[in-house]
Amino acid sequence: MPAKESKPSTPQALFSDAERTPEERHTIVVLVDNEPGVLARVIGLFSGRGYNIESLTVAEIDADKSQSRINIVTTGTPLVIEQIRNLLAKLVPVHSVLDLTVEGPHIERELALVKVVGGRENLVQALRIADFMHARLVDSTPESFVFEVTGTSGEVDAFIHLVEPIEVSRAGVVAIGRGESILRPRER
Amino acid sequence: MTAATAAPPAVDTQSMTGSQVVLKALVEQGVEVIFGYPGGAVLPIYDAIFQQDKLRHILVRHEQAAVHAAEGYARSTGKVGCVLVTSGPGATNTVTGLTDALMDSVPIVCLTGQVPTHMIGNDAFQEADTVGITRPCTKHNYLVKDPEDLARSVHEAFHVARSGRPGPVVVDLPKDILMKPAPYQGKDAARRRTYQPARDPDPRRIEEAVELMTRAERPIFYVGGGVINAGPRACELLAELVRETGYPITLTLMGLGAYPASDKQFVGMLGMHGTYEANMAMHGADVMINIGARFDDRVTGRLDGFSPGSRKIHVDIDPSSINKNVAVDVPVIGDAEPTLEALLAAWRRRSNSLALGRTAAWWEQIADWQARKSLRFRQGTDSIKPQYAIQRLHQLTRDRDVYITTEVGQHQMWAAQHFPFDKPFHWMTSGGLGTMGYGFPAAMGVQVAHPEALVIDIAGESSWLMNMQEMSTCMQYRLPVKSFILNNSYMGMVRQWQDFFHGNRHAESYMDSLPDFVKLAEAFGAVGLRAEKPSEVDDLIKEMIKVKQPVIADIVVDRTENVYPMIPGGAAHNEIKLSPEDDGAHEAISEKGMVLV
Repeated sequence: MPAKESKPSTPQALFSDAERTPEERHTIVVLVDNEPGVLARVIGLFSGRGYNIESLTVAEIDADKSQSRINIVTTGTPLVIEQIRNLLAKLVPVHSVLDLTVEGPHIERELALVKVVGGRENLVQALRIADFMHARLVDSTPESFVFEVTGTSGEVDAFIHLVEPIEVSRAGVVAIGRGESILRPRER
Repeated sequence: MTAATAAPPAVDTQSMTGSQVVLKALVEQGVEVIFGYPGGAVLPIYDAIFQQDKLRHILVRHEQAAVHAAEGYARSTGKVGCVLVTSGPGATNTVTGLTDALMDSVPIVCLTGQVPTHMIGNDAFQEADTVGITRPCTKHNYLVKDPEDLARSVHEAFHVARSGRPGPVVVDLPKDILMKPAPYQGKDAARRRTYQPARDPDPRRIEEAVELMTRAERPIFYVGGGVINAGPRACELLAELVRETGYPITLTLMGLGAYPASDKQFVGMLGMHGTYEANMAMHGADVMINIGARFDDRVTGRLDGFSPGSRKIHVDIDPSSINKNVAVDVPVIGDAEPTLEALLAAWRRRSNSLALGRTAAWWEQIADWQARKSLRFRQGTDSIKPQYAIQRLHQLTRDRDVYITTEVGQHQMWAAQHFPFDKPFHWMTSGGLGTMGYGFPAAMGVQVAHPEALVIDIAGESSWLMNMQEMSTCMQYRLPVKSFILNNSYMGMVRQWQDFFHGNRHAESYMDSLPDFVKLAEAFGAVGLRAEKPSEVDDLIKEMIKVKQPVIADIVVDRTENVYPMIPGGAAHNEIKLSPEDDGAHEAISEKGMVLV
C-alpha cells in the first residue's frame, strides 16, 4: 500500500534548518501485534504529521503469536527520521522498531508483475530483456506477456524502463538484516 | 433505541453481564467518580450504575464538558479521570476534550457506547466510527468485539492512560457486548508484552548532565508539566535540586506550581507572554536544564534564535519529545521522579568541588532584567484592569485551599502572570490545544474531587459562554464553582492580534448582545455579582467567597488592555516587547511570522 504523502509543511520548518538539511531515505521494519487498526495507526502517524511513505508492505509473519511485520521506506531529514522511529515505538501494539539503514548491512527486495502488450516483435524483444534481467514469464497470450521480476527497487525500475509495459503492479520493499542479527519481539 | 430490558442480572462473578464487568473493572482501578451522559447504546451500563453504590456518576450537560471535567479531576488529584458517553454524537462530542487531554498529557479513560457488533458498518442510528475518529486524538483506543476481551481492555486502558507520558484512552463498547455474559479478570491478569515505557534514566546520561550543570556559569532550569505529572515527590525533588544548585528556574504554562512561585530563585513563566527576565535568561544561558517540557513553539519563539549559546539537557519520559523541535546535547529519557533523584544524588557527590560565586554575575544580570518589572500595569480609578482583578483575587484568597482553572485567551495569560502558585495540582489550564470552554467544566471536575476547596474559573466572557450549560450541572450536584469572568466584550486575544498584526481591523471579535451575567446566574438558581469600578472589586471577591453556591462574577474590565510582555510570532526571546510604547511592537512581526498562529 504505497501512499505518497505531501512534503512536511509544519510551521517550524519555516524557521528551522529543515529546508536546508538534505533528506535521507531509510528502510524501517516494525514488528506489531496483528490486531485490528494497527496498520491504520502506523499510516495515520505518517499522514497526520506530513511524513513521506515511499513504500509500505505488511503481512502476518507468525500466525501463532499473531504478529505482523511492516516494512516502510521513508524519506526525511535525520531529525524527522528519528521522530518517525520514536513515534512508531510509542504505539501500543508495536513490539520493536529497527531502522535497517542505520543498523547496517541489509537486503532489500521488491517484486513486480509487469504486463507487456504488442506485436510479435515487441514481445520477443521483451522476452530477451526478461531473460537478461532474470524476470520470469508467468502468463502469456499471443498479444501479451506478464513477467514477474524480483530485485532491488533499482533493478525493478530498470526492467520496467526497458520493457515499456502497459501495466505494472509492484509489491513494495521487503527487507531483512544480513548476518546473524535478528529482529525479535521484546520479551516480557 | 432501547432494547427490552432483561431481568436484573445477579451480581455473581460467574454470570456477570458485560456492563457489570466494566463497572467492576472501573472499581478495581480505583475509579470513584465518572462524568457522563446517557444514550441508547450505553443504557446497559447506566442500568448497572443504577444498581450499585460504589461509583458516583455526575451527569453533565454536554459530552465535551464531561471530558474537561474529568481532566480537571485528573489534574487536581493525579488520578485517572473517567468519562462515559453514548455512541455517535456522544462520542464525537468528546473529540475536543480528548485532543485537549492528549496535548496536555492528562490521563483519561473514556468509555463510549457503540451500536451492536452485527450493526457496525451499516450506518445504524447513532453509529460513528469512534475508533477511527479518535485514533489521532488518543494515546490508544479499543473496540471490544468479544466479551472475553472486555475486562482486559478496560484494565489495559487504565494502564496505558496513566503510565509513561499520560494521555486519553477510548474504549468503544458495542451494546451487545455490554448485555452478554462476560468473564471477569483482575487487573493483573494479562499484561501485553508491547508497550513498556521506560521509567529509570540511563546513569551515563545523568553523569553527563551533572557534568554540564556543575560547570555552568549562566544556568537556567526550564521546567514543564511533566514534573507535575510525575507526582508530588518529583516536585519536592525538583525544589531540592534547584535550591542546592542555587540556579534560576523558569516554568512553562503547564508547569506552574511545580516550584514555589514565591521563591527568590523563580524568575517567572517563560514564553510568548512570559516575564522579561525568564525569556532573557533563556536566551543568554550557557546551560539549559529542561525537565518535563517539550520546547513548544509558544516557549521557543523563532527556533534559530532560541537560546543560541546554551548546551541543552532535556529530561522527558517521551523519547519522541526529544530532538523534535530543538536538538539537545544531553537527552535523558525517564520519569521525572527517578531522574531528579538520580540528578540530585550525582550533584551531591560532586558538590565539594563547586566553586562558589560561579553564577554571581549571572544573578546580577538577572536582577537587572527583573528591574524592568515586565508585568507592570497601571490601575487608574475608572475602569478595572484585568491584571488588578486577578491580583486582588489572589490576595483575598491566599489563606484558602484555592484551585484555579482558566479558559483560553488574554485572561489565561494574565492569570498565569499574576496568580502565583506555590503548590502543584492547583492550576488547571488548556495549554497545548488552547480550548476555549475548558475552564468552567474543568473547575466542576476539580470541585467534585475537592468538595471543600475554593475552586475558581478565571474566565473571559467569550470562552465561558462555550460551556455555560454546565451551570445546570453545578446546581444539580451543589458544586459551588466560582466563574470569575473578566468581561471586556471582546475575544480579547483575537482583538489583540488584530491590533498588532491586522491594522486594528476588529473582524468578528466583538461580542455584541452578551447576556446579563447576573440575571443568567439567577436563571440557573445561582448567584450573580458584578463589579464595574476598581473600588468594587474587593467587595465582589469577598462576597463570592462567602456564598456557598455557584457564582457568576461579571468583572467589567478595560476593553483595550493587551497582554505584555509579548514575543511576536517568528521573533526570538530577546526581541520581546514590554509595552505598547516599546519600539516597533506592532511592526516587529516578520512576513514569515504572520503565518504562525
